[in-house]
Amino acid sequence: MMRRILGCSGRPVLFRDLSPDAPRVRVTLDGQVLHLPAGANLAAALLGAGITTFRMTPVSGASRGPFCMMGACFDCLIGVEGVTRQACMMQVSDGMVLTRPLGKGGA
Amino acid sequence: MRAVDLIVIGAGPAGMAAAVEAAGAGLSVAMLDEQAAPGGQIYRAVTGAGAGRGDVLGKDYLHGASLVEAMSALGVSPLCRAVVWNIAPDAEGITVTYSQDGRAAQVRAARLVLATGALERPVPIPGWTLPGVMTAGAGQILLKASGVVAQRAVLAGSGPLLYLLAVQMVRAGQPPLALVETQGAGDMWRALPHLARGLRGWRTLAKGVALLAQLRRAGVRRITGAGDLVVEGDAHAAALRFTVGGQVRRIACDTVLLHQGVVPNTQISRALRMEHDWRAGQHAFTPRLDAWGESTVPGVFVAGDGAGIAGAAAAEQAGRLAGLQVAHQLGRIDAAAREARARGPAARLAAERALRPFLEVAYPPAPQVLSPADTTIICRCEEVTAGQVRGWAKLGCMGPNQTKAFGRVGMGPCQGRFCGLSVTALLAQAHGMTPEAVGAYRVRPPYKPVTLGELASLDAGETP
Amino acid sequence: MRDWPAKTAATREEGRTQVQADYAIIGGGIVGLSVAWGLLRIGRTVIVLDGDDGSFRASRGNFGLIWVQSKGLKQPAYARWTQGSAALWQGFAAELSDGTGADLSLRQDGGYDFYLDEAALEARVAQYAALREALGGEYPFEVLGNNALRREEPEVGPRVAGAILHHQDGHVNPLRLLRSLALDVRRRGGQVLTGQSVADVDGVAEGLRVRCASGQVVTAGRVVLCAGLGAMDLGPRLGFLAPVRPQRGQVLVTEKLPPLMHRPSATIRQVDEGGIQIGASAEEVGLDDRVTIPTVAKIAAEAVAVMPRLAQAQMVRSWGALRIMSPDGLPIYQHSPTLPGVSLVTCHSGITLAAAHALLLPRWLEGADDAPDLGMFGEARFVS
Repeated sequence: MMRRILGCSGRPVLFRDLSPDAPRVRVTLDGQVLHLPAGANLAAALLGAGITTFRMTPVSGASRGPFCMMGACFDCLIGVEGVTRQACMMQVSDGMVLTRPLGKGGA
Repeated sequence: MRAVDLIVIGAGPAGMAAAVEAAGAGLSVAMLDEQAAPGGQIYRAVTGAGAGRGDVLGKDYLHGASLVEAMSALGVSPLCRAVVWNIAPDAEGITVTYSQDGRAAQVRAARLVLATGALERPVPIPGWTLPGVMTAGAGQILLKASGVVAQRAVLAGSGPLLYLLAVQMVRAGQPPLALVETQGAGDMWRALPHLARGLRGWRTLAKGVALLAQLRRAGVRRITGAGDLVVEGDAHAAALRFTVGGQVRRIACDTVLLHQGVVPNTQISRALRMEHDWRAGQHAFTPRLDAWGESTVPGVFVAGDGAGIAGAAAAEQAGRLAGLQVAHQLGRIDAAAREARARGPAARLAAERALRPFLEVAYPPAPQVLSPADTTIICRCEEVTAGQVRGWAKLGCMGPNQTKAFGRVGMGPCQGRFCGLSVTALLAQAHGMTPEAVGAYRVRPPYKPVTLGELASLDAGETP
Repeated sequence: MRDWPAKTAATREEGRTQVQADYAIIGGGIVGLSVAWGLLRIGRTVIVLDGDDGSFRASRGNFGLIWVQSKGLKQPAYARWTQGSAALWQGFAAELSDGTGADLSLRQDGGYDFYLDEAALEARVAQYAALREALGGEYPFEVLGNNALRREEPEVGPRVAGAILHHQDGHVNPLRLLRSLALDVRRRGGQVLTGQSVADVDGVAEGLRVRCASGQVVTAGRVVLCAGLGAMDLGPRLGFLAPVRPQRGQVLVTEKLPPLMHRPSATIRQVDEGGIQIGASAEEVGLDDRVTIPTVAKIAAEAVAVMPRLAQAQMVRSWGALRIMSPDGLPIYQHSPTLPGVSLVTCHSGITLAAAHALLLPRWLEGADDAPDLGMFGEARFVS
């Protein structure tokens, strides 16, 4: 069984980044600072940083994360500068402000 | 508004080949793709990050770079991150509306080639909506485009993509915990008579055998004939449970990568109200096309897996045929030149297609995903279960547009991409009708969500 | 309750067993099901003949308003009929919910009509004042200027001159209404035959015989034609003028959002699931229910002008639906002059009028002493 690697945030990283030396930029997710690879696919970068839950659904409040990674399923929705976007269709840029849609009654 | 001879949507093998043929014949071509770089899903990031990972991804993958080069040699530069959300054909041409970097724009052409490829077949099993559950395609995209590989992953389902992905994960130094396959040995025996004649068929078989041998050498556990798959976990995948040989097994894991083959992405062809036919072998609908790929909407072609799953090599040839026919229709090449140049691609296309029946029989979708249990969610967006759809069938819903009205199934942001086939199947089963008679969702714009601000910017009469 | 006839859709053979009932309702949308529900409620036996998945169905494309303002400006009787239905809605919804357990998300706390243009607002207010007079004062509306409006609805932007708030307006989840009616009609013993296209109706010894293209035959004492646009073809064959035409309305809806507005407006409302629904155009384009970009762009621009924050919202869907319009926009209630026992019921406000259709129209169909006077909604008004 594979050893889990702890990410910079201290949470177990379920995805391993094959190019860990790429230059990083600072983004925030619900106020928490993350250093993600510049220009990387946002969903992949978040997974690489140990973030697997991107939002709660507006219907039942269930946790969701990336599913298809090709822009079809809309499960990786995340707030980017106040607009709901598909994280798998975005690229990481410096200073990005991300918010998790909180789902039912929240958001 | 920018105007060109041909618009190609999708920069995968079919789209790139169509663009190459059309541009080569002197047509002006606009190519739009949602991703950050050309390649489609099969050759995703082939000119970028993926190029350096040829050792992991293999030589079939690197072939994509030659198509990108051929295209740029002809001066076709794809509009990337361009999300198409409306297409309006009229008597004189076709207007395509898209968003790029938060701005809406339009382009117009005499002809359109849709090369929007395939989607993973929906895999509605208990727990498939949990974080940590992804498609096998997603697992591969993470590898190609981002160099990110799932640790403690189980691959589950049916289809040769699982072998390829497992081998790529082995090469990346992160082998999956297990490969749990829903097809059984019986499927392979049933499939053998369908094996394409000659070397090509055996080569397909040999490829799979070679991949399996690599997995064996790497010590990846492989289980076949699994059923009743369930992903366990509260707020995240924690284990895959299944039955095999009458026994319940459970593999603890962090990631489950599901696969039940791929299906044509018919979202735009449906929105354009093309005629579609049910392909029983592929358990999917495909748009009705002529030999060149022209649909029942005049001037609009479909090429590649969006026209029926046949793989990247076939997609490339179909793209060439569509490009040649567009060039002919627009008066750039005569019929003789078209025939001469189509001969090779047509023959290769036929040969590639001949491989499909074998794969379709050898790797059928699991019964569990074609007829999910009542409590299983089939519409991920609106969280609708199979049982609810069966209930609405009893309330008189004959088709998927009625179930949409009855329970919002297919009304979420994915617009039915991941529940459409399930709803059609459930209604067909409930009414004893064919999937063709049941039909499919009507798809309306926007094909992908667009902000009201962007939409409003297209209002000509917008007051200052 | 009879089992759902699973094979009706699949088989097309001739000479199917005849089914009999007091009433045959042609059309299984909101209008047909409301009438069927009302008839079952007073003890009649009912068969509903519904179309298929491809039928034009206003019932699945409508906006979901229970709307009084702007109705009957030229015909106070229509305003009164609308008000009557709006007043019956709470009771209707409660009874339906008792039967089905479904919450229809009915809210009747008033509704707005937003105006960007001061002069247009004043002109409409003058019309409403005249209508209030004609109705003997029974027309509770007030005018809110921008400041007053923004106290009620903080998301309204500075470009809005004001709004008319009409206290009899409201909204409901129209799809849940459709599903609840479909469920409760069956629960009350109604038979719904789906996938049917009615070919003709004729008088026979036992009553009226309705023949469908599928070969299905239904015999009933009375027949009510509630087929929406289907009446264009079938109506004249049953003795009606049925001068209805399709009028396209385009509607768009955003992603689900947290609560942004308290009350609905005639063009923007937040549905109970969270999406903001925005519409609707009125286009004379025949039987074409497609969405067009210039129109949805205009709808979006107007919505953003009213509520600027909507510019950030993602539109996830849009659709076109065909209203069933009569020449004067009013409903038509008419007994057939040539085929006794056959009646036509058609309107473009099937949601607003659902309560009246369920609770009052059965009296009119039965010719009861306490039937509402619907004379002014007859087809005589189209004969000059």
